Amino acid sequence: MTADLWTALLIAILTAFLGYEVISRVPTLLHTPLMSGSNFIHGIVLVGAIVALGLSTNNVERVIGFVAVVMGAMNVTGGYVVTERILTMFDRTKRKSGGAP
Amino acid sequence: MSNPYIGDLIDAVYVLAVIFFILGLRAMSSPETARRGIVQAGMAMLAAVVVTFLTPGISNWAWIAAGVFVGGGAGFVWARRVQMTAMPQMVAVFNGMGGGAAAAIAAIELLTTLTNSADVGLSLAGAIIGSTSIAGSVIAFLKLQGWMRSKPIVFPAQQGVNVAVLAIGIGFGVTSALTANPIWLGPFFLFVLLYGFLLAIPIGGADMPVIISLFNAMTGIAVALDGFALVNGPLGDAGYAMVVAGTLVGAAGSLLTVLMARAMNRSIGNVLFSAFGAKEEEGTTVAGSLKPIEPSDAAVMMAYAGSVIIAPGYGMAVAQAQGKVKELADLLEQKGVDVKFAIHPVAGRMPGHMNVLLAEAGIAYDKLFDRDEINEQFPQTDVVLVIGANDVVNPAARRQGSALQGMPILDVDKAHNVLVIKRGQGKGFAGIENELFYKDNCHMLYGDAKDVVTKLVSALKSTPG
Repeated sequence: MTADLWTALLIAILTAFLGYEVISRVPTLLHTPLMSGSNFIHGIVLVGAIVALGLSTNNVERVIGFVAVVMGAMNVTGGYVVTERILTMFDRTKRKSGGAP
Repeated sequence: MSNPYIGDLIDAVYVLAVIFFILGLRAMSSPETARRGIVQAGMAMLAAVVVTFLTPGISNWAWIAAGVFVGGGAGFVWARRVQMTAMPQMVAVFNGMGGGAAAAIAAIELLTTLTNSADVGLSLAGAIIGSTSIAGSVIAFLKLQGWMRSKPIVFPAQQGVNVAVLAIGIGFGVTSALTANPIWLGPFFLFVLLYGFLLAIPIGGADMPVIISLFNAMTGIAVALDGFALVNGPLGDAGYAMVVAGTLVGAAGSLLTVLMARAMNRSIGNVLFSAFGAKEEEGTTVAGSLKPIEPSDAAVMMAYAGSVIIAPGYGMAVAQAQGKVKELADLLEQKGVDVKFAIHPVAGRMPGHMNVLLAEAGIAYDKLFDRDEINEQFPQTDVVLVIGANDVVNPAARRQGSALQGMPILDVDKAHNVLVIKRGQGKGFAGIENELFYKDNCHMLYGDAKDVVTKLVSALKSTPG
């Protein structure tokens, strides 16, 4: 393995522990937005898809890259929009009940 | 590189994006900060996508623009318009899309850089996990949407067949790597996609919260693996960002998967491989009788109660009854009744499903309580209204030898009175009789959840006091 791969592995391990700590604090109330929100975050795959398609040199690669970009864009946009919608609903109900802003 | 600072700019934005992803997840520890967190993460994501266009050497602009437009547009429109009850299947699809994108990127990697053995291995792994995720998510979507029967589909030697399909797929992948001949990638993808379908078909409707969480985790891991394979190449910086984001999601999805399985007192292996709910348990007889009650009598019972706890389940979602339930809760509160909601972690078809539906109806989240918070309150509660929930309120779970034994349930049977809204006399997903329904303090309201709640509401309006 190259030095870059070892670095990436180290980063991944640290991130896994960090992720576990951060996510175990999310209340069950918010499990749906947690799921759709993390769904949105793996939409970062769009960045990889854009670069892969951008560097494609023949039509086979272009078609596969295009599929990747379509799916990645759908993932990231849909994931964000629905998460924001859900969290806005939670926000609104709190205000209505006269609780803390 | 035309401008030496471009690379640094791109890197800096990716680093910022990763920071905001983590902060966004952290903000979800409270409903008061959650929305702000996700909006910031969204802006960070937008910035990361925009700077990616500055990557040196990028071409095929028309293809990229068309792809972003088509995919982004479809995702936007669907996510805007979807009914909250249809959320689980949409989230399943978005999950699958991420997995599919990861698999497609891996495919390009495998086509172009079949030289470094570590990268080839990582790309193959990313392709396998991503393909399983998209194929499985498609099945989950079809089942949740009702386009495919949601009961487990089983056939003889199912596990053996599944393992064989996966092994053959991996064989083709390794062959393509060893021979450096991309022609083998065709059958490779065919078989690993098939494996994803096969993995998901024996999963029944009520086990969906587990499987959706699992595919979420798998997509995250596939994205991280793709990232690993990219860090060596010309797109190294995007690779690191994908490693972090993918691993975060892998952790989130894994944790949710474990929590959901635990809420059913089953192992993840049991959920995946046992085809739970495929057969109904025969010959269990329960002492007591089913006692129907008129909605008007039920309404009076609730109107003169001091405290009412409402326990919703998937039946409320199917009937779209959440709006009416809100009306019912408001009326009861006007009459001075203390109203709370008891939410079981696996009620519905995805983690937290009931909370979202009740929030949509405008019920304040400080009235929603999860199992651990509310269970001790049932013995002091006058009336519990169960709406379209079955297995999660079955006291058989406390009894030795039951198929549900050990499943953490809502102890609704301990309340003074229990009212159950139920579509028919059928059994729950687990295929066993619900002993709750036969208890002396339990009365049944048969019918569609929305119709029954509507009747309760009109009866309450005519009840004095």
